[in-house]
Order: sequence, then C-alpha cells, then structure tokens
Amino acid sequence: MAKVLMKGNEAIAEAAIRSGCRHYFGYPITPQTEIAAYMAKRMPKIGGTFLQAESEISAINMVYGVSSAGLRVMTSSSSPGVSLKQEGISYLAGCDLPALIVNVQRGGPGLGGIQPSQSDYFQATKGGGHGDYRLIVLAPASVQEMADLTAKAFDLADKYRMPAMLLADGTIGQMMEPVELPEDMRTAVYEKPWAVTGTQGKREHNIVNSLYLVPEQLEKKNIERYERYRLYEQNEVMVEEYMTEDADVCVVAFGIAARVSKNAITAARAKGIKAGLIRPITLYPFPKEAIRKAAGHVKGFVSVELSMGQMIDDIRLAEGCAKPVTLCNRVGGMIPSPDEVLKAIEKMEGGEF
Amino acid sequence: MKRVTLFAGHYGSGKTNLAVNWALELKKTHERVVIADLDIVNPYFRTKDSAEMLSAAGIEVISPEFANSNVDLPALPAELYGVVQNRQRHAVLDIGGDDRGAYALGRFTPYILEENDFDMVFVANFMRPLTQTPEDALGVMREIEQAGGIPFTSIVNNTNLGRLTDRETVLSGIKKAEELSKLAGLPLGCTTVEEKLCRELNISGTVPIVLQRRYFDII
Repeated sequence: MAKVLMKGNEAIAEAAIRSGCRHYFGYPITPQTEIAAYMAKRMPKIGGTFLQAESEISAINMVYGVSSAGLRVMTSSSSPGVSLKQEGISYLAGCDLPALIVNVQRGGPGLGGIQPSQSDYFQATKGGGHGDYRLIVLAPASVQEMADLTAKAFDLADKYRMPAMLLADGTIGQMMEPVELPEDMRTAVYEKPWAVTGTQGKREHNIVNSLYLVPEQLEKKNIERYERYRLYEQNEVMVEEYMTEDADVCVVAFGIAARVSKNAITAARAKGIKAGLIRPITLYPFPKEAIRKAAGHVKGFVSVELSMGQMIDDIRLAEGCAKPVTLCNRVGGMIPSPDEVLKAIEKMEGGEF
Repeated sequence: MKRVTLFAGHYGSGKTNLAVNWALELKKTHERVVIADLDIVNPYFRTKDSAEMLSAAGIEVISPEFANSNVDLPALPAELYGVVQNRQRHAVLDIGGDDRGAYALGRFTPYILEENDFDMVFVANFMRPLTQTPEDALGVMREIEQAGGIPFTSIVNNTNLGRLTDRETVLSGIKKAEELSKLAGLPLGCTTVEEKLCRELNISGTVPIVLQRRYFDII
C-alpha cells in the first residue's frame, strides 16, 4: 500500500483491522473518539462488529466475551474511561485472555482535561486493577508507530496470553503524518486451544474463569502466570537509542515527549553538548539494560515526561541510583518545549541537579 | 465573490488551514471579514490556533467558547447568528469534519439558503485513507450535504502527504480532483499547496497556502 496521510487514532483503527481484529467495543471520549468513528465506518463494510456500548465497563466486558471465543478484539478510551475499565482488565489478566486496550491519554486526575498527558504511566505499568498481573505496555511516538505497535500488541497478546495496552497520548492521537500500512499486518497465526468455541461433542469443554475456590490452585496459577511474564520480559524489550554511544547527558522519554526531546538533543549537539536519548518503546518491560549501560558513561539522566514524574522511578531502579536523574516535565495538558528540555540538558551537563 | 464561503469536507482534509488562508485573502479586498469556527468535533487543531494572527490582521474571529481549553463542551457561540443574519461582513465558515461535523451547520442553513449568496467549498485530500478515490470523496460530499442541508458549489483540491508531499502527490491529486469535478458536476476552484513547495514545484493551477501551526516542528 502506498503512503497515506493519517491521524494517529485512525492509524490505530486501520492497523487493528489489518491485524485481523473484527470486533471493536467502545464508548466515546476525547481525544480518542476518531478510533470509534473510524471503526463505525469500516467494520460494517468488512463484516466486522462495531458496537458503541452503554459504558466503558460494558465495553471491556464485551472484550472479555469475544476474547474468550478466541477472536482478536479491542477497546479504546482515554484516561478517565480507562480507569473505568480496570476491573475488566484485571479479569482479562486473571483469565489469561489476550486483548488490546488503547489509552490515548489526557490530563488527570479525575475528569482532568482533554489535552495530552502521560500521567497514566503508573496505571498502565504497575497495575491499575487489582491482583498480581502485568500488561504488555507499548508506547508509540509517531503515527506510523501507532499502526505498527497496534499490530505488535495483538501479536504479543496472543503469544503470551496477556492483555496489551497501547499507551498513547492526545497529541499523537490527533496529529497527522504520512504512514504506510501493509495489507496484512499479522506476523504469525496463534492457535487458541483454550478458547470457548463449542466442543462439537468431540472434546472436553473449555472454561474461561478467574475464580479459584482452592487457594493452592490460585497460588499455582499466579506462579505459572509470572513464569510467562518472565519470558515476555526476557524476549520482548523494545527500545530506541538515539546518539547515546558517546552521550554525557542521557534523556529518557517515551511517546510525544521523546519526539520533543529529539529536537532538544539536536540543539544541544549544535552547542557542543553530547546529549542522547533512550526511548522506551515497551514501558513494560522497561528497557533496564539500556539504562544500566548508559549509566556507565553519562553524567546523569533527564526524564522528560508529561506527568509529575512517574517513569523517573523506573529509571532510578534500573540504574541503581548510580547517577543523578532530574525531571523535566509539564502537566495538565501542557507539553514541554524543546527549549525547556534543552535547558534541563544544559543543567545536567553543568553538574546542576 | 460570494458573501459567505463555507469550507467542509472529510476531517483532516485541511479545511481550517484553507479557511484561515481564505479569510486573509478576503481581507485584502474587503473591509469587514469574519471567520467562524463551527467545528464541534475536533478537539485540538483549530481556527483558534491562529486567532492572534487573524485578529492582528483585522479579521474578527468567532470560536466555540471552550475551543483549545480543557473543557470538552461542544457548544457553538451565540455570535454565530450574527454572521448569517447581519449581512454587512464577508464571512468564512470553517465546518467540522464529515457529516458529523456538518450537523452543527444545520441550524444556520435556512439563513444561508435564504440569502443565497454563498460558496460551499468541498475540501479534498486524496491522500486521506477514506477519500482515496473520487468515488469515495463523492460519497463523503453527499453525506455532508445531507447533514448540513447546503449543496456544494465548488471543490478545492488540497491533496497532500504532510511533509512528504512531492510533485507526484500534487499531480495525482489534480487528476483525481478533475475526475471528482466531473462526477459531481462542480467546478474545481483551485489546487492548494504549502507555499514553499508550491513555489518549488511551480505547477500551473496551484495556489500557495500558509500552514497554521499550533505546536512546533518535530523531528
């Protein structure tokens, strides 16, 4: 397919369709409504299902149903709506059901605002719902990545039987860039012998359930699940390193913050400051190794975030507090400017932290 | 030149950019120009992004009160009635994308039709995934006409691929726009191209436009 000009939200929707997703359930909320609008237009034309549920809670439970039947399914929302989905997400995790949940983040907490934010990092990477579970968390930084990581999320979810979250933000959801989407974005076929598809009288019936009456069994289930998470952590880290090899100052940023930071790094290099960028693409697993490696030669790290400082904790954990980490942030729907990031880089270079 | 120019089309086709450029163009020959943002669909990129520049140029700007704020309240301002009822000014109306955006136009439609001094411009970008063919674009045109109640009177071709726009993009856009013009039985007003590129390519029938920017250029 030739290049087309797409909004980030549209790219998610089209990529999901090209990844074999034929079931979308959602409820409108700014700034992700274009995903639902696009699905509403496209799904009926290709024999898929678009359903606007009566609430976010209904939508996530419809996702549970379709996933139980072994089909690719997704829902999308923005921060307050994703909070509503948390119970359902925990149930998906507790049943080892793959699914895609998209969060095009906006400012919070509470109803917050409709402008972009990254303040759901903790919610996405540390839990959100109850119980011991993790999500696949992918953070796109361009419209092309909105599409590519949507396809990747479906594959990882099926491969590891985990719910996956695409953690985007309002800016990338709304902005337009040229993208190229392959006709078929599936990379592999995953057998789902656990799916509830009808026994035809030929096999034992499957049960999709997260309730365990015997604590020993629940413990065993949790331990098995974490063994799978371990495999996922070992095999699936994705990270972009930009000019980190000789860097004295290492910026760590994901999503739109990383795009802004690249401008700042170009400006810093022009001033003779050796700055580089580590951009986590998987937020879980966090690219600990890249951070640890950089800690060996940098003066310090600058965490650029559209939050009060959430990812910064993971940076400190990864580098074992070996080097200073400062925070360069804007919140409430504001985005740090390249100048603000440049100033933070200069401060770190000057030993001010 | 008609008193009211409306820009409508598939969302993301460049309606707001064209509306802003057209208002500035009008101001060169007309004393009183007002630009009104009727977009209650799109939360981020809108006329208000250029409000300061437009006001400085002496153009009146009417935007939904909460545009570009943190409030998601899709309400249109009362001053909009002034635009269609008071016929002293030349007006540029930036309509929201698709039929969903055009519904908001409906309540002003009777005034506009009664005055009958309007140009309803369909903005087309054939690099958008849902309007890649003249037939698909025509489908969107019909949906918008149904929702807004005003028939289109002309087409502006704004085919672009953002920063990857090249000669081929523009030429293939012109070809499709000419087909759409035939299908719809409407004149193709012009083809717009970002001003720097427009000068470089120097393709006949193209008109340079200035792009409005809200944030900053990102790599």
